[in-house]
Amino acid sequence: MNSPERLGRRAAACRLIPIVSVLVPGLAPGLLLVALTLPLLALTRPLLAAPSDAPPAVTGITAADRWGDGGTAVVLEWTVAAGAVPEFFMIERAMSEAEVAGDLATARLERRRAAQRTAMQAVLADRGLDDSILARPMAIEPGLASRLRSVRAEAAAGIDALPDDAFDVARWMFVDRVEADAAQTEYRFVVDRLVRGESYRFRVIPWTGTAAGTPAEAAPVTTTLEPVDISRLWFFGIALVFCGAVVAFILIARSGRPLRVRRIAGLEAIDEAVGRATEMGRSVLFVPGIQDMNEMQTIAGITVLSRVAKTAAEYDARVEVPTARSLVMTTARETVQAAFLAAGRPDAYNEDLIYYVTDEQFGYVAYLSGMMVREKPAACIYMGMFYAESLILAETGNSIGAIQVAGTAQPAQLPFFVAACDYTLIGEEFFAASAYLSGSAEELGSLKGQDVGKIIVAVVLVIGVVLATAGAMAGADSDLGRTLAAWVGFLRDTVLA
Amino acid sequence: MQRTVPLLIAIVCGFTMIVSFFIPAAQRSGDDVAEIFNILAAVAFVLGGGNLLKIHLKKVSDQAAGWGYSLITVTAFLLTLCVGLFKIGANPADRYPGHAWSGEYSETGSAFWWIYEFVFKPITATMFAMLAFYVASAAFRAFRAKNTEAVLLLGTAFIILLGRTYAGVILTDWLPDSLSGLRFENLTMTIMNVFNTAGSRAIMIGIALGTASVSLKILLGVDRSYLGGGRG
Amino acid sequence: MYEFFRDLDRRWIFLLMFLAVSVPILAQLQFPEKPTGLAESTFREIDDLPPGSRVLLAFDYDPASEGELGPMATSFVLHCAAKGHRMYFLALWPVGTRMIEQKIDSVLRADFPHLVYGQDYVNLGFKTGNEGVIKLIVSDFPRAFPADIQGTPVSDIPMMQGIRNLLDLDLIANVSAGYPGTKEWIQYAVTPNPSDIRIVAGCTGVQAPLMYPYIPSQLPGLLAAIKGAAEYEKLVMDRYGHLVHAEDGRVSGIYAEGRRRMGPQLIAHVLMVILIIAGNVIYFVGRRREARS
Repeated sequence: MNSPERLGRRAAACRLIPIVSVLVPGLAPGLLLVALTLPLLALTRPLLAAPSDAPPAVTGITAADRWGDGGTAVVLEWTVAAGAVPEFFMIERAMSEAEVAGDLATARLERRRAAQRTAMQAVLADRGLDDSILARPMAIEPGLASRLRSVRAEAAAGIDALPDDAFDVARWMFVDRVEADAAQTEYRFVVDRLVRGESYRFRVIPWTGTAAGTPAEAAPVTTTLEPVDISRLWFFGIALVFCGAVVAFILIARSGRPLRVRRIAGLEAIDEAVGRATEMGRSVLFVPGIQDMNEMQTIAGITVLSRVAKTAAEYDARVEVPTARSLVMTTARETVQAAFLAAGRPDAYNEDLIYYVTDEQFGYVAYLSGMMVREKPAACIYMGMFYAESLILAETGNSIGAIQVAGTAQPAQLPFFVAACDYTLIGEEFFAASAYLSGSAEELGSLKGQDVGKIIVAVVLVIGVVLATAGAMAGADSDLGRTLAAWVGFLRDTVLA
Repeated sequence: MQRTVPLLIAIVCGFTMIVSFFIPAAQRSGDDVAEIFNILAAVAFVLGGGNLLKIHLKKVSDQAAGWGYSLITVTAFLLTLCVGLFKIGANPADRYPGHAWSGEYSETGSAFWWIYEFVFKPITATMFAMLAFYVASAAFRAFRAKNTEAVLLLGTAFIILLGRTYAGVILTDWLPDSLSGLRFENLTMTIMNVFNTAGSRAIMIGIALGTASVSLKILLGVDRSYLGGGRG
Repeated sequence: MYEFFRDLDRRWIFLLMFLAVSVPILAQLQFPEKPTGLAESTFREIDDLPPGSRVLLAFDYDPASEGELGPMATSFVLHCAAKGHRMYFLALWPVGTRMIEQKIDSVLRADFPHLVYGQDYVNLGFKTGNEGVIKLIVSDFPRAFPADIQGTPVSDIPMMQGIRNLLDLDLIANVSAGYPGTKEWIQYAVTPNPSDIRIVAGCTGVQAPLMYPYIPSQLPGLLAAIKGAAEYEKLVMDRYGHLVHAEDGRVSGIYAEGRRRMGPQLIAHVLMVILIIAGNVIYFVGRRREARS
């Protein structure tokens, strides 16, 4: 009935509408509707609560900073006397000065909007019009429009002139509602999404029906920064296993044990493409995508460029690399220069063939398309992060009869490359390119480690699916169903959070 | 030295980002590293602009093949830069009416706005619209029912193409309610919600693992290709 | 004949596509729309909020994708204005600010002149940093956007008072053409705060399949390409169209743009199907000929 998600959403809604702000006159009916859920009960407490049936106040209330987080949560604990357990508890937090100031401004804004509307309605009513005309500006005659502007400004000025105490702004805000259990006398609740280093005051109000008990306030607590965020321990563990597997396989590969990687046709085609360009006396166009060096796909593309440049240096072919980012240009220059050096042809390196065009997506595409049509490169290699330009480039390349090899981990663009290119490296194949191209033990080991990651994902997936399916089959009302649902929740919200 | 220092910078920055994720006290350092990248990328604009001018001015000066295009590029670049920098045609901001350059460079009516509205916007829209032509050409040429997988792909493409327009409704609206699941628009939703979602998730997981693996190789210094060629 | 089609110059296909798109535009061909579940849930997310709610409108697209995303952006603004929500515009794309200005001009200033800047809507402009900006506004909104697009400090803007972070807003409506876009908003804003931040999005057709894995828990509403825009537009206009009707009963064309663009889309899709079939017929005829020879 009150799932954590629902409670959280309600808390979020209530955070936006501080308790007493519903007293502000002229508030829109919709706001009232939302505000009427729980906070209004707090307002009407003095009227509804008869002292005789009000539950007794909670005792032993404490508020402590939660250990092992970024200073964003506080743990509240309290007890109630056995036999006097209320129906539920309302948790409230004292608002900070900044929050009160913010709510005051919001209340002032709401009042101003209402006053402006009322003033305009009065002017319109004098002329026998209703306010629906405000949504049809063409129907408002200039004289009336000017009058409306002036009354609107007057109304706003009137509200702006009011002192702060004319607005009844709340000092306590609703945090959450905790359901009580007749058999339980000790309660614990975590208030999260707080600001680190701030001092907070909380109070708990017991409720039974429409009767509220006396609020019990905990001593102020200051949220503090802890050295480690323990909520991320599971993630750390999974990352450790994955990274450990990669490192372990790299060590195994270094020890000399042979590791095999399946053939990737697209990468083998690159040598063929460069060879063909040499035969035809035409250039090779290499496009490293349109993202910067902080994108992993760009780095993977640069790895392939290294190989392309080395082959081109050996064959004495010309490689042209227009880039859409200046940092990519400098990196590509370094890479190609090093490749030419490694091939024993440092003299053949020409840095002017690696140049910046523009950051603008379609400006870059326009340049590349024009260049392809004019210079007709024999091979076009697209390796990196691509968006809508993928098909334009690949189709232009196709129209000039170039051999085309593409590689990207952008799923949306893969179909276009597959349709228009001769070979395409799909997703992981693209990332595996460096390992495949270098053939080094370390890189092959890292590929094998990656497979361990896939096994972990598959195992967790299967466990989750089996538990969720079994839970659904057992029924949400049965003990088994509840237990399984809790396990699934733990897996989803804690392990994979 | 030339490669050791960049390698160390990459390793230190990478591990700082990882550590900042698990240790809240270091979160600020992670943000700082990300901001350093943004600053570097912004400075690189100058590098890019300089390179663009150098390459194209050289072409113009050498009167190399296609030098006319280079001349247009340089002219357009300098013109847009000046119009934006000097806020030509922009009015002063309301708050600072006495300061001619206090306005927004791209406000409606300014020269930059004019370039944007009447040059940049139509050109980029045209480039994007060309996709419609290219996708038709690619579909005609490359979409072949060569094997079972390709047949499945073709069938799916037909359903989605028709189901995403009113054509789907026209063609299958006659189906009785008991078979409403077979109407094109409903089949489209099933394909998108079930098959597409499952496939997308699998690809996303694979790519995430690939990204993590490459990142790790860079952090460990196994992959140094980004520093210039092969392994270090 | 066979050789002609086998070696068909692609310019013939371009011509066919040109006709398939231009003829329905000139003939103003329009078809009825039947809203599907995702468009309806997008509509409900905005419509169920009480008037005066705070909606963040993040326009992360550019003129290139205006044709596909413009109509849904128009509908988002119209819907929020008609419901009386407070609108916070921002962009993570540099040219997104122009898109925002365009919608403010064509919808708010033209049809809702009684709405006051700074009180009912605010344009916070573009901020560089991609997903870094999203991460920052989740914890500290004014730090990322200390002033609006005109340089007015947020402390002087009435509707920015009380906005401490993204959690203080009720909904994000994102229009996205790529990176950064819906995926980043989901990953960096919604996923860490699943119960406090809600988002609906409109994206390009190419992006849409990648968004489905996030539906419905992380992304309750999605408008996919012009089809989604047309469905949502119909829902908004059916409910709030009367607010933007002029005295003579006419409605500005911008509020029918989504549905209008579905006409060319239908013909273009049918042409694609025909082209694929034709391509395969040629392929099989060719194979048979090869086998025979």
